[in-house]
Amino acid sequence: MVRHLLSAADLTRDDALAILETARSMHDVQRREVKKLPALRGRTVINLFFEDSTRTRSSFEIAGKWMSADTINITGKGSSASKGESLRDTVLTITAMAVDALVIRHGASGACHQVAEWLDEAGVGASVLNAGDGTHEHPTQALLDAYTMTQRLGDLAGRTVVIVGDLTHSRVFRSNVLLLRTLGADVTVVAPPTLMPSGIGPWAETDGFTLSNDLDETLYAGPAPDVVMMLRVQRERMSGGFFPTPREYTVGYGLTRPRLDRLRTANENVLVMHPGPMNRGLEISAEAADSLSSVILDQVSAGVAIRMAALYHLLVGTGPSQEGVGDEKRDTTDATAGRNDESEGAA
Amino acid sequence: MPPTDRELHDREVPQGHPLDPAGRVVLGPEEIARALRRIAHEILESNKGAEDLILLGIPSRGVTLAHRLAELIADVEGTEVPVGSLDITLHRDDLRDNPTRTPMRTRIPATGVDDKVVVLVDDVLYSGRSVRAALDALADLGRPRAVRLAVLVDRGHRELPIRADHVGKNLPTAHTEKVQVRLQVHDGVEDTVRIAHGQTHVGGR
Repeated sequence: MVRHLLSAADLTRDDALAILETARSMHDVQRREVKKLPALRGRTVINLFFEDSTRTRSSFEIAGKWMSADTINITGKGSSASKGESLRDTVLTITAMAVDALVIRHGASGACHQVAEWLDEAGVGASVLNAGDGTHEHPTQALLDAYTMTQRLGDLAGRTVVIVGDLTHSRVFRSNVLLLRTLGADVTVVAPPTLMPSGIGPWAETDGFTLSNDLDETLYAGPAPDVVMMLRVQRERMSGGFFPTPREYTVGYGLTRPRLDRLRTANENVLVMHPGPMNRGLEISAEAADSLSSVILDQVSAGVAIRMAALYHLLVGTGPSQEGVGDEKRDTTDATAGRNDESEGAA
Repeated sequence: MPPTDRELHDREVPQGHPLDPAGRVVLGPEEIARALRRIAHEILESNKGAEDLILLGIPSRGVTLAHRLAELIADVEGTEVPVGSLDITLHRDDLRDNPTRTPMRTRIPATGVDDKVVVLVDDVLYSGRSVRAALDALADLGRPRAVRLAVLVDRGHRELPIRADHVGKNLPTAHTEKVQVRLQVHDGVEDTVRIAHGQTHVGGR
């Protein structure tokens, strides 16, 4: 496993599957009376949030606490002029206190990569977890989305996922495409031409996903998709001329009730997802959000389990599991080599 | 995806490193069956019946053994004893010094463990550290009335003040030796316990 989790592309298929499998165990812990595991005892995790967040920050904090790490939240509004410099000072000051992990959310794309670079240059051993950087990436969101899908669908290889909405500004979409392709799912992304990121064409070609401007054609022309993921439209951006009126957006790209009904006729097990917070009546109708197909609350509930699993894999152990190495160590306890084989096999 | 039996077997005997010729079978299918039958009787005897019993296997072969014991107990008493699994990965004391392991699932019977007599089941008892981890894991799940330990093989070399209540076979071993348990259900090969010399590759003690 990598030391930093900066991008969903940092994860190999095996890494991702190990995190998803671990999250299943963590999810069980979440239902217990005593929600505490000793695996991160004595570790310190700092949540450094320069952007507002409720669910991501609180779920990282709960995840750290349930794993017995000491978690501390720091929120800062990025200053305008000397933002870069102050960020560097901030993280170097915090890591000088011998912390083990920095969970960072920042408004600037690439901020987490930059921080990881600074730490590596300074020889600081802390891990950096990207909790959302600008319009770039949000890898733990992609992991919890994949987890929610695997809970319902099993292996994602060959499954079809349609992601719809404001692709230009969506870090959720970027991380999701990267991870879903790693896991072998077929991905189609749908947006009005004005919300298609520039330069997405070559990326789609390299990573093998499909682009579309027509939601109805994507949903109904071929076999029905397994998952439809709606992205949030940020109302504040509507003045930017990305689309004429909210109404027009809904007609073209919203998951309305008739659309969902037609979809469910073709595939009654279709999953409706949304990273939240939702604009009911804009990108998703209330009926779709509350329908039997919706797994939106499952996504929220998976958040803590996935973050526990991610912290565990980044902070615990000396590296990726390898056959042979584990056997020997394992034998110094009262295990047989066979059990070790099995636990690795489960990964 | 779980490895196939063939893969497990291949991993156990890496190419170019055949099992030590001195490796010998110490328990065969009949001996193992007899040992388990005796353990089942012992459990019932010390508990004065099957009431409030729960069998928790430590993954992965401990779980297989726990199911075997439950069947044997059902044969004797006609009572279904709940069986579960207790993963200890996250409670191990050597997490830091080893490659990251993916935890396996813990499954506790619906009755819970409060006020029950929990019998932990494992294949091999060695340093006692796995059992220590299991006791910690169990403490987070509730407060059993009593916890007992049943193992197929006790190979000695304890590093903690822990002993088993029910032992299939005491096997005196050297640290350099390796105890290999294979179960039909689990490994697709005949039930066997074998002592071999330590693996010939990479370090180890």
